[in-house]
Amino acid sequence: MTPLIRIQREDFSLQDEIDALATGRADIGAVVSFTGLCRDEAGTLAALELEHYPGMAEAEIARVAGEAAARWPLLGLVAIHRYGLIRPGEQIVLVLAASAHRRAAFEAADFMMDYLKTRAPFWKREHRADGTLGGWVEARADDDDAAERWNR
Amino acid sequence: MNAAAPIPATGTRPVRLVYFAWVRERVGIPEETVEIPAGLATVFDLVRWLKARGENYATAFADEKILRAALDHVHAKPHSPLGEAREIAFFPPMTGG
Repeated sequence: MTPLIRIQREDFSLQDEIDALATGRADIGAVVSFTGLCRDEAGTLAALELEHYPGMAEAEIARVAGEAAARWPLLGLVAIHRYGLIRPGEQIVLVLAASAHRRAAFEAADFMMDYLKTRAPFWKREHRADGTLGGWVEARADDDDAAERWNR
Repeated sequence: MNAAAPIPATGTRPVRLVYFAWVRERVGIPEETVEIPAGLATVFDLVRWLKARGENYATAFADEKILRAALDHVHAKPHSPLGEAREIAFFPPMTGG
Protein backbone atom coordinates (compact mmCIF):
# COMPACT_ATOMS: atom_id res chain seq x y z
CA MET A 1 0.00 0.00 0.00
CA THR A 2 1.64 3.20 -1.19
CA PRO A 3 -0.06 6.37 0.12
CA LEU A 4 -0.98 8.93 -2.55
CA ILE A 5 -0.02 12.46 -1.54
CA ARG A 6 -0.66 15.54 -3.64
CA ILE A 7 -0.06 19.22 -2.92
CA GLN A 8 -1.82 21.25 -5.57
CA ARG A 9 -3.37 24.60 -6.41
CA GLU A 10 -6.28 23.04 -8.34
CA ASP A 11 -9.50 21.73 -6.87
CA PHE A 12 -10.12 17.99 -6.54
CA SER A 13 -13.10 15.66 -6.96
CA LEU A 14 -13.98 13.36 -4.07
CA GLN A 15 -15.70 10.87 -6.36
CA ASP A 16 -12.81 10.78 -8.84
CA GLU A 17 -10.38 10.05 -6.01
CA ILE A 18 -12.57 7.28 -4.55
CA ASP A 19 -12.95 5.76 -8.02
CA ALA A 20 -9.19 5.90 -8.61
CA LEU A 21 -8.61 4.21 -5.26
CA ALA A 22 -11.26 1.50 -5.27
CA THR A 23 -12.45 0.77 -8.81
CA GLY A 24 -11.62 -2.75 -9.96
CA ARG A 25 -10.77 -3.99 -6.48
CA ALA A 26 -12.76 -6.44 -4.40
CA ASP A 27 -10.68 -6.40 -1.23
CA ILE A 28 -11.72 -2.94 0.02
CA GLY A 29 -14.75 -3.01 2.29
CA ALA A 30 -14.66 0.56 3.57
CA VAL A 31 -13.55 3.96 2.31
CA VAL A 32 -13.77 6.83 4.79
CA SER A 33 -13.33 10.35 3.43
CA PHE A 34 -12.81 13.70 5.09
CA THR A 35 -13.14 16.93 3.12
CA GLY A 36 -12.11 20.21 4.72
CA LEU A 37 -13.84 23.32 3.38
CA CYS A 38 -13.06 27.01 3.61
CA ARG A 39 -15.65 28.52 5.96
CA ASP A 40 -16.66 32.10 6.61
CA GLU A 41 -18.12 32.38 10.10
CA ALA A 42 -18.60 36.15 10.19
CA GLY A 43 -19.46 36.86 6.58
CA THR A 44 -16.33 39.01 6.25
CA LEU A 45 -13.99 36.62 4.45
CA ALA A 46 -13.20 36.95 0.74
CA ALA A 47 -10.72 34.06 0.69
CA LEU A 48 -8.11 32.17 2.64
CA GLU A 49 -4.59 32.26 1.25
CA LEU A 50 -2.72 29.05 1.97
CA GLU A 51 1.05 29.25 2.01
CA HIS A 52 3.08 26.03 2.16
CA TYR A 53 6.64 24.79 2.34
CA PRO A 54 7.22 22.96 -0.96
CA GLY A 55 9.14 19.75 -0.49
CA MET A 56 8.59 19.54 3.25
CA ALA A 57 4.78 19.53 2.88
CA GLU A 58 4.92 16.36 0.78
CA ALA A 59 7.60 14.79 2.99
CA GLU A 60 5.80 15.49 6.27
CA ILE A 61 2.41 14.24 5.04
CA ALA A 62 4.19 11.12 3.75
CA ARG A 63 5.65 10.57 7.24
CA VAL A 64 2.19 10.91 8.83
CA ALA A 65 0.74 8.54 6.20
CA GLY A 66 3.50 6.03 6.93
CA GLU A 67 2.61 6.14 10.63
CA ALA A 68 -1.07 5.55 9.81
CA ALA A 69 -0.16 2.63 7.55
CA ALA A 70 1.93 1.10 10.33
CA ARG A 71 -0.93 1.47 12.80
CA TRP A 72 -3.95 0.23 10.83
CA PRO A 73 -4.38 -2.48 8.16
CA LEU A 74 -5.00 -0.04 5.31
CA LEU A 75 -5.61 -0.94 1.67
CA GLY A 76 -5.38 2.65 0.44
CA LEU A 77 -4.56 6.12 1.75
CA VAL A 78 -4.93 9.45 -0.07
CA ALA A 79 -4.12 12.96 1.14
CA ILE A 80 -4.62 16.00 -1.09
CA HIS A 81 -3.96 19.51 0.25
CA ARG A 82 -4.48 22.68 -1.77
CA TYR A 83 -2.56 25.94 -1.59
CA GLY A 84 -3.15 29.42 -2.97
CA LEU A 85 -6.35 31.47 -2.72
CA ILE A 86 -9.38 29.45 -1.62
CA ARG A 87 -12.80 31.04 -1.32
CA PRO A 88 -15.51 30.27 1.27
CA GLY A 89 -17.28 27.03 0.38
CA GLU A 90 -14.35 25.71 -1.65
CA GLN A 91 -12.44 22.55 -0.75
CA ILE A 92 -9.07 22.74 1.03
CA VAL A 93 -8.09 19.22 1.99
CA LEU A 94 -9.09 15.63 1.28
CA VAL A 95 -8.19 12.46 3.16
CA LEU A 96 -9.31 8.99 2.05
CA ALA A 97 -8.61 5.87 4.07
CA ALA A 98 -9.52 2.45 2.71
CA SER A 99 -9.54 -0.83 4.58
CA ALA A 100 -11.31 -4.19 4.66
CA HIS A 101 -13.42 -3.02 7.61
CA ARG A 102 -14.77 0.35 8.67
CA ARG A 103 -13.09 0.82 12.06
CA ALA A 104 -9.56 1.01 10.68
CA ALA A 105 -10.67 3.35 7.89
CA PHE A 106 -12.47 5.73 10.30
CA GLU A 107 -9.60 5.84 12.74
CA ALA A 108 -6.89 6.24 10.10
CA ALA A 109 -8.74 9.15 8.45
CA ASP A 110 -9.19 10.82 11.86
CA PHE A 111 -5.51 10.31 12.72
CA MET A 112 -4.39 11.69 9.35
CA MET A 113 -6.40 14.89 9.81
CA ASP A 114 -5.26 15.46 13.40
CA TYR A 115 -1.63 15.26 12.33
CA LEU A 116 -2.10 17.13 9.05
CA LYS A 117 -3.34 20.09 11.06
CA THR A 118 -0.46 20.13 13.53
CA ARG A 119 2.48 18.86 11.42
CA ALA A 120 1.95 19.66 7.73
CA PRO A 121 3.70 22.97 6.92
CA PHE A 122 0.77 25.09 5.74
CA TRP A 123 -0.27 28.53 6.95
CA LYS A 124 -3.59 30.30 6.40
CA ARG A 125 -4.05 34.03 6.00
CA GLU A 126 -7.33 35.88 5.65
CA HIS A 127 -8.29 38.13 2.76
CA ARG A 128 -11.27 40.20 3.86
CA ALA A 129 -14.38 40.96 1.84
CA ASP A 130 -13.68 44.71 2.13
CA GLY A 131 -10.51 44.20 0.09
CA THR A 132 -8.03 44.47 2.97
CA LEU A 133 -5.50 41.84 3.95
CA GLY A 134 -6.40 40.13 7.22
CA GLY A 135 -4.09 38.45 9.68
CA TRP A 136 -2.49 35.02 9.77
CA VAL A 137 -4.80 32.43 11.29
CA GLU A 138 -3.54 31.42 14.74
CA ALA A 139 -2.92 27.79 15.61
CA ARG A 140 -5.50 26.29 17.96
CA ALA A 141 -4.50 24.55 21.18
CA ASP A 142 -7.33 22.05 20.75
CA ASP A 143 -5.75 20.90 17.47
CA ASP A 144 -2.60 20.01 19.43
CA ASP A 145 -4.77 18.26 22.02
CA ALA A 146 -6.54 16.28 19.28
CA ALA A 147 -3.23 15.08 17.86
CA GLU A 148 -1.85 14.31 21.30
CA ARG A 149 -4.69 11.91 22.17
CA TRP A 150 -3.26 9.34 19.70
CA ASN A 151 -0.23 9.02 21.97
CA ARG A 152 -2.22 8.07 25.06
CA MET B 1 27.14 18.41 -2.71
CA ASN B 2 29.39 16.51 -0.34
CA ALA B 3 27.04 15.31 2.40
CA ALA B 4 29.78 13.35 4.12
CA ALA B 5 32.03 16.37 4.69
CA PRO B 6 32.94 16.67 8.37
CA ILE B 7 31.87 19.81 10.19
CA PRO B 8 34.91 21.93 10.95
CA ALA B 9 35.22 23.03 14.57
CA THR B 10 36.13 26.52 13.47
CA GLY B 11 35.28 28.77 10.53
CA THR B 12 31.91 28.98 8.86
CA ARG B 13 29.67 26.92 6.63
CA PRO B 14 26.88 27.98 4.26
CA VAL B 15 23.27 27.12 5.04
CA ARG B 16 20.09 28.00 3.20
CA LEU B 17 17.61 29.67 5.53
CA VAL B 18 13.94 29.74 4.51
CA TYR B 19 11.11 31.58 6.23
CA PHE B 20 7.34 31.22 6.05
CA ALA B 21 4.17 33.15 6.92
CA TRP B 22 4.65 35.96 9.45
CA VAL B 23 8.23 34.90 10.17
CA ARG B 24 8.98 35.53 6.46
CA GLU B 25 7.24 38.92 6.61
CA ARG B 26 9.12 40.01 9.72
CA VAL B 27 12.52 38.88 8.47
CA GLY B 28 11.68 40.64 5.21
CA ILE B 29 12.90 37.99 2.75
CA PRO B 30 11.69 34.48 1.89
CA GLU B 31 15.11 32.85 1.90
CA GLU B 32 18.83 33.52 2.03
CA THR B 33 22.13 31.70 2.10
CA VAL B 34 24.13 32.58 5.20
CA GLU B 35 27.60 31.63 6.42
CA ILE B 36 27.01 30.43 9.95
CA PRO B 37 29.74 29.83 12.54
CA ALA B 38 30.68 26.16 12.60
CA GLY B 39 30.48 26.25 16.39
CA LEU B 40 26.69 26.73 16.48
CA ALA B 41 25.43 23.44 17.89
CA THR B 42 21.64 23.60 18.08
CA VAL B 43 18.59 25.25 16.56
CA PHE B 44 18.42 27.41 19.69
CA ASP B 45 22.04 28.54 19.17
CA LEU B 46 21.22 29.52 15.58
CA VAL B 47 18.14 31.48 16.67
CA ARG B 48 20.20 33.43 19.21
CA TRP B 49 22.89 34.10 16.58
CA LEU B 50 20.32 35.29 14.01
CA LYS B 51 18.61 37.56 16.56
CA ALA B 52 21.91 39.37 17.05
CA ARG B 53 22.23 39.99 13.29
CA GLY B 54 19.51 42.60 13.05
CA GLU B 55 16.29 44.09 14.33
CA ASN B 56 14.22 42.22 11.72
CA TYR B 57 15.47 38.86 13.01
CA ALA B 58 15.02 39.95 16.62
CA THR B 59 11.40 40.83 15.83
CA ALA B 60 10.68 37.69 13.81
CA PHE B 61 12.16 35.42 16.47
CA ALA B 62 11.03 37.41 19.53
CA ASP B 63 8.65 34.71 20.75
CA GLU B 64 10.93 31.69 20.97
CA LYS B 65 8.19 29.54 22.48
CA ILE B 66 5.98 29.87 19.41
CA LEU B 67 8.73 29.71 16.76
CA ARG B 68 8.99 26.39 14.87
CA ALA B 69 11.95 25.09 12.87
CA ALA B 70 12.77 22.32 10.42
CA LEU B 71 16.13 20.84 9.43
CA ASP B 72 16.22 19.56 5.84
CA HIS B 73 12.40 19.24 5.75
CA VAL B 74 12.11 17.50 9.16
CA HIS B 75 10.56 19.18 12.21
CA ALA B 76 13.14 20.11 14.84
CA LYS B 77 13.13 21.22 18.49
CA PRO B 78 15.16 24.07 19.99
CA HIS B 79 17.67 21.57 21.38
CA SER B 80 17.96 19.63 18.09
CA PRO B 81 21.57 19.50 16.82
CA LEU B 82 22.05 21.38 13.54
CA GLY B 83 24.29 18.55 12.37
CA GLU B 84 25.04 18.97 8.69
CA ALA B 85 21.64 20.42 7.79
CA ARG B 86 21.79 22.33 4.52
CA GLU B 87 18.33 23.90 4.61
CA ILE B 88 16.94 25.31 7.84
CA ALA B 89 13.39 26.67 7.97
CA PHE B 90 11.67 28.91 10.51
CA PHE B 91 7.91 29.37 10.67
CA PRO B 92 4.93 29.87 13.00
CA PRO B 93 2.78 26.97 14.29
CA MET B 94 1.04 25.38 11.34
CA THR B 95 -2.57 26.12 10.45
CA GLY B 96 -3.30 23.84 7.49
CA GLY B 97 -5.94 21.19 7.13
